[in-house]
Amino acid sequence: MTTIPQGAEAVRDRTPTGTSSDDARPSLPPPLVWADDRLGVAKGMGLFKKVFPDHWSFLLGEIAMYSMIICLITGTFLTFWFVPSMGHVIYDGSYVPLKGVGMSEAYASTLDISFDIKGGLLIRQLHHWAALLFIVGIALHVARVFFTGAFRKPRELNWVIGTVLSLLAIIEGFAGYSLPDDLLSGTGIRAMNGFMSSAPVIGTYMTFFVFGGEFPGEAIIPRLYIAHVLLLPALLVGLFAVHIFLVFWHKHTQYPGPGRTNTNVVGFPLMPVYTAKAGGFFFIVFGITALISATVTINAVWAYGPYDPSQVTAGSQPDFYMWFSDGALRLLPGWLEFELWGFTWSFNIFLGSLLLLPLVWIILGVYPFIEKWVTGDNREHHLLDRPRNAPVRTAIGAAAISIYLVLAIATINDILAIKLHLSINDITVALRIAFFLLPVIVFMVTKRLCLSLQRADRDLVLHGTETGRIQRTPEGRFYEVHEDLDAHDRWHLVQHEAQHPLSLTAGPDTDEYGVAKPRGMAFKVRRALSEFYFRDRVDPVTPSELAAAHHHGEAEALPGGHAEAIEEARAEETLSLRSDDRH
Amino acid sequence: MSDDQIAVHDPHAKPATYVEADAVDRFENPGLPPHRPRRADVDEQAAKRAERQVATMFTLSILGTLGFLVCYFVVDPELRGSLLVIGEMNLYHLILGLTMAASLLFIGLGAVHWAKTLMPDTEVVEERHLQASDQESRDEAAGILSDGYRSAQLHRRPVLLLTAGGALSLFALPMALQVAGGLGPLPGDTLESTVWKRGMRLMIDPSGAPIRPEQVTQGSVIHVMPEGYVGDTHGEDAPSALEIMEAKATASVLLVKLNPEDIQSQKQLDWGVDGIVAYSKICTHVGCPVALYERQTHHLLCPCHQSTFDMTNDCEVIFGPAKRPLPQLPIMVENGYLVAADGFAEPVGPSYWERG
Repeated sequence: MTTIPQGAEAVRDRTPTGTSSDDARPSLPPPLVWADDRLGVAKGMGLFKKVFPDHWSFLLGEIAMYSMIICLITGTFLTFWFVPSMGHVIYDGSYVPLKGVGMSEAYASTLDISFDIKGGLLIRQLHHWAALLFIVGIALHVARVFFTGAFRKPRELNWVIGTVLSLLAIIEGFAGYSLPDDLLSGTGIRAMNGFMSSAPVIGTYMTFFVFGGEFPGEAIIPRLYIAHVLLLPALLVGLFAVHIFLVFWHKHTQYPGPGRTNTNVVGFPLMPVYTAKAGGFFFIVFGITALISATVTINAVWAYGPYDPSQVTAGSQPDFYMWFSDGALRLLPGWLEFELWGFTWSFNIFLGSLLLLPLVWIILGVYPFIEKWVTGDNREHHLLDRPRNAPVRTAIGAAAISIYLVLAIATINDILAIKLHLSINDITVALRIAFFLLPVIVFMVTKRLCLSLQRADRDLVLHGTETGRIQRTPEGRFYEVHEDLDAHDRWHLVQHEAQHPLSLTAGPDTDEYGVAKPRGMAFKVRRALSEFYFRDRVDPVTPSELAAAHHHGEAEALPGGHAEAIEEARAEETLSLRSDDRH
Repeated sequence: MSDDQIAVHDPHAKPATYVEADAVDRFENPGLPPHRPRRADVDEQAAKRAERQVATMFTLSILGTLGFLVCYFVVDPELRGSLLVIGEMNLYHLILGLTMAASLLFIGLGAVHWAKTLMPDTEVVEERHLQASDQESRDEAAGILSDGYRSAQLHRRPVLLLTAGGALSLFALPMALQVAGGLGPLPGDTLESTVWKRGMRLMIDPSGAPIRPEQVTQGSVIHVMPEGYVGDTHGEDAPSALEIMEAKATASVLLVKLNPEDIQSQKQLDWGVDGIVAYSKICTHVGCPVALYERQTHHLLCPCHQSTFDMTNDCEVIFGPAKRPLPQLPIMVENGYLVAADGFAEPVGPSYWERG
């Protein structure tokens, strides 16, 4: 079918008319000529033709990127008014309930930003909401990259950079959350002091060095401040620049589909489509953050009051991204602390904080390397996996998320107990059990779901779609006509590769003469892991399988074995369908 | 056979029967599906409509920006009001936020709508190439490195490599030592004691009044600070704001009167006065103040991580992540007021390595 361009397409395809005729051969505008004379920028303009594939899930990382930029903008504004000092002052601002109350300058200046600087509260709320959105964006982006296998060669390094970025982001978040020196954030710093103390050998020294002496001291807010506004942002922005450069360098991954291969990128060019879409998306993220900040209060520090180490409120929770660590502290039983050789070993604290945080990120960081070792797959991958086509990876990811959720929910065990009228002890014990049990169940269920989805894909390819048309055979039997999938639709379901465990590809342990091959422990571990990874697999439909299905297909479903008659009828039907297509 | 060669999907792997069978018996990639024009591509009316929609959104953004500028000056910053769903709030903040949101959001929505309706939607194919360089480039790179190494004579003078490496790996130590050494004082025995001393009066926090034993009624909980660290702290030798904060973080105490018959520990009875007992308020887990007292069960609960202490059994831990009981402050009566009979017998607050 040929279409005659009309409307906007017609306008685009025509040589522009109505303006001057030299528009046909555009020349560089003078500022760019000036720049090109000095920098040769015209040579780099090819960048604007770079192609990016389109998919909603690629926007998750963009949410993180834009939220970071919003944080940088609003954070810079906040530094103009925030005083990072623990010096004692008596509040005399316009928030009446705290008038005359002694507090730190940090807290007083935060109140000033909220009540005495026009629009200051909006900037504070934008900053906090954008920070939360930043970490939500990162978490979803990590999940997307993980479940689609985008971390595979050649992107392992960028995955590692990304994991470091995500860790830095939550440390940055925690540092910022602590700065106002209100009762809630001060309690958070108090707990941090406790974590550090629990470190074997160096714990006490670490706390005295970080806090400049005994808790609370007067050093922690200024120190967290410089970490929050200079050190960590510098690291974040620097690593982020490398992260995004590598996306350009490697070219973006794409989802499999007709016309998409491992050696191409199919999508839209940066100029103009992606400039409009991605640039527009920045404003959408910023706008939605502003909308939330305008209507939903976050971190109402004036309601908590200034920090006082002898006071606390019930229901003290950190910001959501620290929930898993705080939850781990609530679940770890006290008997994990003991004394040995005259020293205190506080595993009840140490495991859930100083060990848990690095451990989570180390596991995350090394996963691509472990998977590569297990699968033995050393090729470059630019086509993403559909999560169902990597059942064990998907199941591992889902199990990890379930562990995370158990820990995170443990942080609100007191709130749950009150709201649900349950015993807090029962909730805690149940979550302790769930920590060990749930990931196993989630792993098995997810893997089975993936395999079922793969089988459903196979069924769809082999049997086609139901047309709703009933055919009658000459013998008077009825059956429904199934229609083969269109080649483009089918490709989505059959494009992935069949997978093979090492036990199949590496052959038996003995050679053809029955002599044992030299295979070490490492190989056997690897083979066992490979077996675990690939054991229950569903291979994609092959053309010969489809051909076989055409021959034997529905006949088996009918009693009496009238296969031939049905086959004939089917052939006629298919013919008539084909001719329908041509109209 | 090295590990890399057993690559599962590597067509050169041995035995390769499965893999090769796959490689042959696979569907062909059918190529890009035919392009389907959008309404605005084939219908000038629709294209016009899309143009109007985009222009309207950009106009709304301009209105939002102008609205923000006007409201910033015109609206009273103290303006409050009650709104459906949201409730009582500062309307100035709300108006600024909403106008800013409109200003930003409509730029984004306009741009995306523009891209989706009027900009080309024909997908473009760009080739990509293996990341690895070809062997020639690799050899050349190896040559450059090797030339550098040899022309610096490192292959003949390994001692230069060793000493240069040593110097480079050590030079940052003085800087690191300076910063680490200057960050804070050494802990020493700071954590082992608090400001409590024998004879120091127990003062109600925050009023700063001393406490007579008969004031403490059965079942009541009093938050106590040491004398001089609470109430009017403006005298000559009064502690600084910093010292008061540190005292609050270590020396705050909960005073409770229990029925002496309920108390299970002789030491607890001996260190109290007629069932009035004083315990450190600082949790032995990570140092939050243990603030929730349940009168019926005599349980003390830390709101941070739910460590639960049994008041009638010397504040032993009965649930939660803490290990050690809350330390008890020995008290007695002097001139009719409750005073400390001594400081704490053990360090208060969270566990630490040297605590032993």
